[in-house]
Amino acid sequence: MILEPKTLFDKIWDAHVVKQVKDGPDVLYIDRHFIHEVTSPVAFLGLEKRGMKVFRPQNTIATPDHNVPTIDQHLPIKEELSRVQVETLKQNCAKNGIELYSLDHKYHGIVHIIGPELGITQPGMTIVCGDSHTSTHGAFGSIAFGIGTSEVEMVFASQCILQPKPKKMRINVEGKLHKDVTAKDIALYVISKISTSGGTGHFIEFAGSAIRSLTMEGRMTLCNMSIECGARGGMIAPDEATFEYIKGREFAPKGEEWNKKLALWKQLKSDDNAVFDAEYQFDASDIEPMITYGTNPGMGVGVSGNIPTGENLTGSDRITFDKSLEYMGFKPGEKIKGKKVDYVFIGSCTNGRIEDFRLFANFVKGKKKADSVIAWIVPGSKKVEQQIREEGLAEIFEAAGFALRQPGCSACLAMNDDKIPEGKYSVSTSNRNFEGRQGPGARTMLASPLMAAAAAITGVVSDPREI
Amino acid sequence: MSIEKFRRLVSTVVPLPIENVDTDQIIPARFLKAVERKGFGDNLFRDWRYKKDGTPNPDFVLNNPRYSGRILVAGKNFGSGSSREHAAWAVYDAGFRVVVSSFFADIFKSNVLNNGLLPVQVPDAFLSEIFQIVETDPTAQFEVDLESQTITILKAGISVNFDINPYKKECLLNGYDDIDFLISLKKEIIAFEQV
Repeated sequence: MILEPKTLFDKIWDAHVVKQVKDGPDVLYIDRHFIHEVTSPVAFLGLEKRGMKVFRPQNTIATPDHNVPTIDQHLPIKEELSRVQVETLKQNCAKNGIELYSLDHKYHGIVHIIGPELGITQPGMTIVCGDSHTSTHGAFGSIAFGIGTSEVEMVFASQCILQPKPKKMRINVEGKLHKDVTAKDIALYVISKISTSGGTGHFIEFAGSAIRSLTMEGRMTLCNMSIECGARGGMIAPDEATFEYIKGREFAPKGEEWNKKLALWKQLKSDDNAVFDAEYQFDASDIEPMITYGTNPGMGVGVSGNIPTGENLTGSDRITFDKSLEYMGFKPGEKIKGKKVDYVFIGSCTNGRIEDFRLFANFVKGKKKADSVIAWIVPGSKKVEQQIREEGLAEIFEAAGFALRQPGCSACLAMNDDKIPEGKYSVSTSNRNFEGRQGPGARTMLASPLMAAAAAITGVVSDPREI
Repeated sequence: MSIEKFRRLVSTVVPLPIENVDTDQIIPARFLKAVERKGFGDNLFRDWRYKKDGTPNPDFVLNNPRYSGRILVAGKNFGSGSSREHAAWAVYDAGFRVVVSSFFADIFKSNVLNNGLLPVQVPDAFLSEIFQIVETDPTAQFEVDLESQTITILKAGISVNFDINPYKKECLLNGYDDIDFLISLKKEIIAFEQV
C-alpha cells in the first residue's frame, strides 16, 4: 500500500484529532495551553459558572505580560484596572493549580518568549493561547495558533478545541540573504507581497534555504508575523538548529526521554510530494531591510524605496489607502528614508529575544543615540534581561545613551504605561502598525532591530548598511 | 449553557466602507482590562467614534442619525489582527447580530460564531451594491435568513447565498454551546490521552 504523502501540518494535526464531527470541525487535543491576564479572566468565569475547574492544569502555563509596567516592577502596578487583571490571573491560577510565572518569578516574561526559552515549546506539539502571536511557537515544528476567549474556555474545560482544519500553504524563500537583512525583513517582505489577508484560511509552512539558514530566534520572528498575513499560524520543520536550541533547557526532555523524543522529532517534515493548497516562491536576494509606511503590516517597502503612489487603486481600496497615509502624515510617492523618528522601541514577542539585542548592541556600540529620539529597550523575559547583562550589552546600551527596561509587552500595544504620544513617529520592532496600536494617534513604522538601531542613532529612517 | 439562537433577521444596515478594519480599531487594547464580559459595546470603534475630548465624532457612521440597525456591513478583511474576543463582544453588545463583509479574518470569524453573531461573507460586487444602495437610502431593509443561507436586499429583490459550516449553523439555529459538546466527550478525550 502506498501512503498518500502528507505535509508536516497534516501529520501533527491528524495525530491530535480525538474525533471528527460530521460536516463540522475536528476535536483537536491541545498539548500546551499558555494563558495571560487579558484573555483568560472571562474564560475562568465561564468555567466557574459551570461549576468546573481546569481539566489539565499541568498542561497550562500562565504569565502576566500585556499590562505590566517595564520599570519599577517591584512596586504595585499603579493603574487599578491593570493591577486587578494581573491579580485576577494570580487568583485563578491558584484556584485551579496552574503554574504562574508572576512578575517576581525568575521565569517571568512575554508568554511567547518564555515558552520556547524554557523548553516548554517542543516539536510536534499542538499549542494554543488566547493571543494571535501564538504562531511564534511554530518555529519549532509545532502547530501553534491564537484563539479567542470562548476557545480558551473550551481548552480549560476539556483540553480540546473544536476547530475546522485549515488549508495548507507553503512559502519557500530560497537563496542567500544580503547582509543586514533579517528574519523580520523576510516577514515584512512576504506580507507586502501577499497582503494582510493573503494567508487567511491557511496554515503556512516556511521552507527553503534562506529559512533553513535562520537561527531559532529568527525563525520565531518569522512565524510570529505569520498571523499578520492572515494565516492561522506558521511553522518550520525542526532540524539540528531546533534540537540544539531545546537541549538542556529547563523543561526539555532529559536522558533517555530526550533520545526517544529526538528520534520522533527527526521524522517531522513534509513528505517530498506532499500537496499544498497554495504555494509561493521568493528569492532571498530580492529582500532588503524593510519598513512600513502605512497602517497595516502589508504596507511595507524596502528602505531605499518610495511610498507607493496608489494611483491604480479605486473604490474602497483607494479610500483605505488615503486614510492610512493621512493618519501617518505621509504623501503618496515620497521617499521613506529620511523621515523623522521620535521614538524607537525594541522588544515584544516579535523581536524581544537575545539575538535581537545583540544585533542592536552591535550596531549602536561606539555610537550615540540621537538626542531627539526617545528609545525603549525592553527585553522579552527575565532570562533575556539577565543574558543582556551577562553579555555586557547593558553597558553598551548605556554608553550609547540607551536605558534597559524590564520585561513585558510594553509599547507593542498600549495597554501599559509605555505609550507613544499622539502624532509621534515610532520605529518599532513589534508586529502591528494599526492606527492607535502604540497609543491613540501614534504613528508606527515596523522594522527590524537593525533598522530600529539605525533610526535611533540618526533620528530619521535610515539604511543600516549606509551608516 | 447556551448561546443566543439565530434564525432570521430583517433590519436596516450600518455601513462602514473601510477595508482591513483590524481588531485594534474595533476595540483598542486599553479597553481590554475588564475581568468580566460587560460594557464593551460603548467602546466599539472607540477612536473613530469619539473625538479626543470624548465627544461623539459626527462624521462617524455610528453617530450618524441616518443609519441604524442590527446589521453591520464592512469592507473586506474585517477583523484582522489580534485574537481578542472583546472585538466580537463589542460588536454584539452594541446591538449587532449580523456582520457582512466580503472577507473575514479567521480568528474573528470563529469568535463571532461562538457568540451568537452571524458572519455573512458576500461577493465584492454584492458588497459594493449594498454600500451604494444604503448611501442613497439608509432605510433600505435587508433580510438575513440562516436556514436558507441567504441575504436579500429587499427593495431591489437581489439575494446571494452565503457559506457557513453545517455544524456551526446547527449551533446557531439551536443555541448549542461548543463547550457543553466538548464536556460530553470527556471519556473519549481521556481515552485519547492514554494512547
